[in-house]
Amino acid sequence: MTWLTIIIAGIITYFMRMTMVALVDRDLLGEKVKAVLAYVPSAVFPAIIFPGIFINDYGTFIEMNDPKIFGAIIAILVGYFSKNVIATIISGLFSYWIIIFLL
Amino acid sequence: MLSKKQIFSKGILAVAPHMFSVIPFGIVCGAIGIELGFSPILVYAMSIIIFGGASQIVFLQLLSGGASALIAVTSVGVINSRHLLYGAVLSEYLEKLSFIKKLLISYLVVDQGFAESNKFFQKNRNETHLHYHLLGSGGTLWVCWQISTLAGIILGSFVPEELGLKFAVPLTFIAIVVQDIKKLDHVIVMITCGLSSLLFFDAPFKSYIIISPIIALFVAALVLRLKK
Repeated sequence: MTWLTIIIAGIITYFMRMTMVALVDRDLLGEKVKAVLAYVPSAVFPAIIFPGIFINDYGTFIEMNDPKIFGAIIAILVGYFSKNVIATIISGLFSYWIIIFLL
Repeated sequence: MLSKKQIFSKGILAVAPHMFSVIPFGIVCGAIGIELGFSPILVYAMSIIIFGGASQIVFLQLLSGGASALIAVTSVGVINSRHLLYGAVLSEYLEKLSFIKKLLISYLVVDQGFAESNKFFQKNRNETHLHYHLLGSGGTLWVCWQISTLAGIILGSFVPEELGLKFAVPLTFIAIVVQDIKKLDHVIVMITCGLSSLLFFDAPFKSYIIISPIIALFVAALVLRLKK
């Protein structure tokens, strides 16, 4: 039973990935829709970023002095100026670790 | 004009830094499945059949918590529905591929791979072998996801929880969008999405993950109208 459930979940997930690439003719999308689609990364990823920072493991809001907020600010600054993905992630993690382990 | 091999390598290099979040997440995903009492083969099979980090964890947690199969499947569908948006964006660059190739390459579309390959596509529209970038990025993420979930299944969650490596997940996505914060229209869209995700965090089936992008895209459409 669990196997069947996994296979159905897998098929649904695959269809989400495949439908727009293989089944839908892009010409069906109007110019306005295409222009809006340029915002997809900015419209999707904050839904992963914000809860990852502001909501803790128990589903409640963190305090304003939580080290994750500091880590995220450092990562944004380093990322913006360095334009380097590794530097962004490492600087965010290290500043977070410095607060939780040293202070 | 870049060769297939060059573009493929660029795809691999583009997602390599994201392994800081993918590998610990994969280990946790494998380990949680075993801790919740599922068989190792079943937990691993999910990494091949579903291949979607957050949705795999939610799926196992729901089933072990006694939720019905329908609820578990619905949650996976809702969480992964954002891939419809990724597909819509990528279709422009994958148009010329044969139907079979489109079917195959779709399997490899995941968050970080989509994000990095889409950036490459925007800057290199005229290259002929564009899809090799997606093969490189998606293929790398696939291989690392398989190895790390297997490691978590076999070794348990050997990454100390005190390190808080879960925090690498938001950081990896900050790295993806941070260059767009110089554009006011993008900032408006990002903040709309972020605040919506906090507001709708408790909505059923983890639907905040698709509700917030939809709201943000409506705002994007409004912003586009105002810009004209």
